[in-house]
Amino acid sequence: MPEKDKKKTSTISPKTPPPAALNKVEKESNVDRRTFFSWLSLGWVAFVAATGGFFTMMLRFFFPNVLFEPVQTFRAGYPDDYTVGEVDLRWKEKYGVWMVRNDEGIYVLSTVCTHLGCTPNWQPSAKKFKCPCHGSGFRMTGIHFEGPAPRPLERFKISLADDGEIIIDKTQKYQQEKGQWNDPESFLKV
Amino acid sequence: MSDKKNIFEKIAEGQIWKSIFRGGGAPKTRRQRMMVVLNSVFLHLHPVRLPKHAVKLKFTWCMGGLSFFIFLILTISGILLMFYYRPTIEYAYTDIMDLTEQVPFGIMREIHRWGAHAMVIAVWLHMFRVFMTGSYKPPREFNWSVGVILLVLTLLLSFTGYLLPWDQLAIWAIAVGSNMAGATPFLGAEGPGSSLLAIGDINFITKASDARFGLIGGRFLGEATLLRFYVLHCIGLPFIIMIFMAVHFWRIRKDGGISTPV
Repeated sequence: MPEKDKKKTSTISPKTPPPAALNKVEKESNVDRRTFFSWLSLGWVAFVAATGGFFTMMLRFFFPNVLFEPVQTFRAGYPDDYTVGEVDLRWKEKYGVWMVRNDEGIYVLSTVCTHLGCTPNWQPSAKKFKCPCHGSGFRMTGIHFEGPAPRPLERFKISLADDGEIIIDKTQKYQQEKGQWNDPESFLKV
Repeated sequence: MSDKKNIFEKIAEGQIWKSIFRGGGAPKTRRQRMMVVLNSVFLHLHPVRLPKHAVKLKFTWCMGGLSFFIFLILTISGILLMFYYRPTIEYAYTDIMDLTEQVPFGIMREIHRWGAHAMVIAVWLHMFRVFMTGSYKPPREFNWSVGVILLVLTLLLSFTGYLLPWDQLAIWAIAVGSNMAGATPFLGAEGPGSSLLAIGDINFITKASDARFGLIGGRFLGEATLLRFYVLHCIGLPFIIMIFMAVHFWRIRKDGGISTPV
């Protein structure tokens, strides 16, 4: 190896004149300035890449692939279980929806207030959903009429299974202001 | 003075004292006293000498010092609370009830809560004083910026701590707060420009990948949210705020101490 050879030469000739000795010393470090800087920049690039990779990993770490959250699609009994002209609260706790049946059929309202996400309460006497946080009010249809809520409550997809049971899919939402309430899937004709 | 040394001098010149406190023995001159401060890891953050005006309550309101003092109270009471509190949906609320009603000196929980309010007020008043006395001006403008970061960290600590009792107030406050994160431009699913970050039909910013999701660890507030906020509240944010506090205190000294009344 060149390193070994150099060491040997330096040990063999200890009595070389001073200028030559200086040259030797300079040659002995087998890394000159230019090489040092190219290695240094390579080192920095590697370090930055590794650090960047780690921080990317760290960011991704906070977005898990599997979520242990309540299911978004569920069976909600048969249409006859729901009374015409009433807001049904049976799925409010578990799935966060109100089932409303009117003369034409059934629709599913989200319990999330469109203002800032609180859960309004159904007030049967006043026939409205009233949000306890900032006072937004919604009609039985989900249309907002008082308070700071900027748009109506959202509706979810409702359909019938082959056995006649209602299936609700919360991943599909329908917004009135986008004209989506005319979509046949947002409403179950009974 | 005779050669007779009193007990304090004997201790100060013994090996134990000398090994702990750099500088060698009891300080006798002004310079030695100064070196005691400079050589101590804790004291060196503080100015060696205080000008008279710096302790004038009318000028400083002592709000910076009080903020730090309240922070210490919050740290100690917070660590004590951790011995009882479990950050799960099943136990969080009942553990707080247990602390409030059954645990001896469970008043620690109230101290922590009121201390948190007090710290926000103290930090705010501190900034108000610094602003009104013009103490943010050069060469202190960097330390003002550090102070702004400390204010944000104080508010984030309050925000994350607010969820931990897991009562109605907590959940709805965080529901509102995290929905705001969902409205972040570009990075929130409900925010403006979120649909721009997409390749064809594949949208990268959805309810399951946006800023709100990263904050609460899910699409809905739940177990993951509580754990995330707990870790941030007890480890993450205090760690960061302590680094910034150390810089903040050190810079006061380096920028020439507390500013002088005009």
